[in-house]
Amino acid sequence: MTESPAQETASPVPESETQPLPQQPVNPGAPAREALAGAALPLKMSVRNLDFFYGDNQALKSVNVPLYDRHATAFIGPSGCGKSTLLRVLNRMYDLYPGQRATGDVLLDGENVLDPKLDLNSLRARVGMVFQKPTPFPMTIYENIAFGVRLYENLGKADMDDRVEKALRGAAIWDEVKDKLNASGLSLSGGQQQRLCIARTVAIQPEVILFDEPCSALDPISTAKVEELIDELRNHYTIAIVTHNMQQAVRVSQYTAFMYLGEMVEFGETGQIFQTPRESRTQDYITGRFG
Amino acid sequence: MALAATRKLRSSIAMTACVAAAAIGLIALALILGALLWNGFTSLNLAVFTQNTPPPGAAGGLLNAIVGSLIMTSLGVAIGAPLGLLAGTYMAEYGRYSKLTTVVRFINDILLSAPSIVIGLFVYEITVMQMGHFSGLAGAIALALLVVPVVVRTTEDMLNLVPGGLREAAASLGLPRALIIRHIAYKAARAGLITGLLLAVARVSGETAPLLFTALNNQFFSTNLNAPMASLPAVIFQFALSPYKDWQNLAWAGALLITVTVLALSITARILGAQKTSK
Amino acid sequence: MSEAVLSEQTKRVSYGDTRAKVLKLFNLGDTAFHILTKSCAVAVLVLLGGVIVSLIHGSAPALREFGLGFLTSQSWNPVTEKFGAAPAIYGTLVTSFIALLIAAPMGFGIAVFLTELCPYQLRRPVGIAVELLAGIPSIIYGIWGMFVLAPFLQEHVQPGLIAAFAGVPWLENVFSGPPYGIGIATASIILAIMILPLVSSISRDVFETVPPVLKEAAYGVGCTRWEVMRRIVAPYTGVGLVGGIMLALGRALGETMAVTFVIGNAHKISPSILGPGTTISATIANEFTEADGALYTSSLIALGLLLFVITFFVLAASRLLLARIQRQEGR
Repeated sequence: MTESPAQETASPVPESETQPLPQQPVNPGAPAREALAGAALPLKMSVRNLDFFYGDNQALKSVNVPLYDRHATAFIGPSGCGKSTLLRVLNRMYDLYPGQRATGDVLLDGENVLDPKLDLNSLRARVGMVFQKPTPFPMTIYENIAFGVRLYENLGKADMDDRVEKALRGAAIWDEVKDKLNASGLSLSGGQQQRLCIARTVAIQPEVILFDEPCSALDPISTAKVEELIDELRNHYTIAIVTHNMQQAVRVSQYTAFMYLGEMVEFGETGQIFQTPRESRTQDYITGRFG
Repeated sequence: MALAATRKLRSSIAMTACVAAAAIGLIALALILGALLWNGFTSLNLAVFTQNTPPPGAAGGLLNAIVGSLIMTSLGVAIGAPLGLLAGTYMAEYGRYSKLTTVVRFINDILLSAPSIVIGLFVYEITVMQMGHFSGLAGAIALALLVVPVVVRTTEDMLNLVPGGLREAAASLGLPRALIIRHIAYKAARAGLITGLLLAVARVSGETAPLLFTALNNQFFSTNLNAPMASLPAVIFQFALSPYKDWQNLAWAGALLITVTVLALSITARILGAQKTSK
Repeated sequence: MSEAVLSEQTKRVSYGDTRAKVLKLFNLGDTAFHILTKSCAVAVLVLLGGVIVSLIHGSAPALREFGLGFLTSQSWNPVTEKFGAAPAIYGTLVTSFIALLIAAPMGFGIAVFLTELCPYQLRRPVGIAVELLAGIPSIIYGIWGMFVLAPFLQEHVQPGLIAAFAGVPWLENVFSGPPYGIGIATASIILAIMILPLVSSISRDVFETVPPVLKEAAYGVGCTRWEVMRRIVAPYTGVGLVGGIMLALGRALGETMAVTFVIGNAHKISPSILGPGTTISATIANEFTEADGALYTSSLIALGLLLFVITFFVLAASRLLLARIQRQEGR
């Protein structure tokens, strides 16, 4: 029942994660991708029959959803519907806490993320995450970026400077901080902090970026900047974004998943979900009848 | 009407009693500080810092005791603080939800208030008995054992204050737990951790009982950790109980030094702690 | 174009390779750090175990020699090597009990003053001053007791007390004898002053766990301050207050330096609280380094074991009670 919408949409490309070239070369041509949209899309991540439990409480019930490579997928639904929980399964963030477990399959390029033998750090380096509240580290702006990069790569001063600048430019915050790279990350405004966190995530070159309500703590102007940025980022990364704001889902995503009470109610192209939802519960939610 | 009046009267009496208790208690504590300051400052002079403890009836200073206290306290903190820091780290990070942590927290809280003289006996048995003589090293170990519970407690508390979101953010970069702790959690909790360290130093710098039968005392200047070593508290104990006026004055001077040190450490710790929480 | 793509790909691959190596190192380091911190946590338990084992080991000769009689015997004679702990146990319990009798009501009074009566601007400074005083080393209280309090009591208070109670049955004995200045009573007073800041600051913390709405509701129905404290705050915080008292008791029982100066170090149970006595910790502090003979040393260690067992249970009870009030607050 719940699996059908997700399955249907995913069915044209059931085996695409085993394709020899799951990662296409970076090609920032949006029109080209629009052309692709109707055809078989390469699958980056795929959630199948996922159940999730907080102790004895089941928070996700047999969820199925695909994440298409270099597209943004929005997760909407009323509070407590499990959308943030789902996001935290994708990079196994829930593993930090006891009593939380997931069963089912979550495939990243065909590899099961839920495999207990999987290296968590490697997974999280590939699947980055940006949180609801900005979380700058207690260090300088420069170090906030360089810190993560230095973990994985041994770069010279010039290369590192270059990398930091690229990341900050990529997160559209370079112009605002280039004169105070040695100031504390905590000295920035909320919106700047959030973009700094995005830069930090981008700097270690993940493949997927998860956004957990990234704008809910920001003012409208900062929100617009971050949204613009997310739209730009999907040229290079696969994006999943949880949001309360339906306009935001329309603005930044190509696919939308509507969740309700731990179930995946409907998944489809964003335009379709918001214009011609198949499920009455989706209809009720997007027209504001509950939520 | 009469009932209301009685109730009001009863309340006033009780509240007056509270104010009186507060006044008496605070006055008593003020009297102690006053006596300490008066006797301490009148006994304080340059010789206190430049000369060693004198033989009975002669004038002298506390140099050897000050140096001994500094050495044993530093060494004690150097041994005890890392142990406490790591144990507290386990309790707040890796083992936050484990049974071991609950048990260790309970035991640590008991050690925190356990009689220090008993710790002294323990160290006597494991060091002095084995080595065959008293030594500065034994004193330092005794102090280290008193440092551990303080540092364990503050480390756990302070790391628990670090927002979980910061840990998650670091984990989302693919950092392993060890690096999250060392590079993020310790940094975020730095002020609190230093506070704990200062409180630990304050706690041990006035400790007397466990030094009496570990480091013993030494009338002469000595930095030899393998030999008995003087310390301010032990010298105060010896001199205050003596019948010699010079010695008694030196005891007051030493008491003042210790109190000023302890108060300075606690106040610094408090200021650091306040900065931390106001953020 | 295709060349650029190719180089991009090889870059990705080699990058993934080094990353795998780095991650492997990470995991090694993480496991090592995990084990390191865990063993330190276990070391805290070992520490406690070590204290208990070494004290039992050290006191074995004395306990074997005297058996349970060690607890009840009043003799303490290094020459004949007959040792009994009764006077020290008596002194420890009596001084701590009297100290609590004085410090508990006063500490509650200070806490009420700080949470209810004190002008708002003074609350923080006075509260901080009290907390700072709790950190002053006990030896300071000890020498003040010896040089200032004891002579004062000897000259101005004790003669009056002895005269006042002369002829009163029973109390006559409690306040009898020459005014030494030093003794059980003086030691109790010093202990009381020493634990006063501790009792006050814990009680204040405990009082602050009472939700303001609860008090406001009581004031709302016309309760006086005293009634709010007695009927609302006291029942709500009862467990925590008892926990705080027990913690202070634990301190008082084990306190060495504040007592040793003024207790008089007499191994006898005197009916008068003005007379000299001794406590477990004072006995150990005074005699340990001079003790010659294995049995003497062992008896002193047995005293230490006794003290540790007593304080362990008192402190354990205190922690359990304080943990309960914290859980109540968390709800």
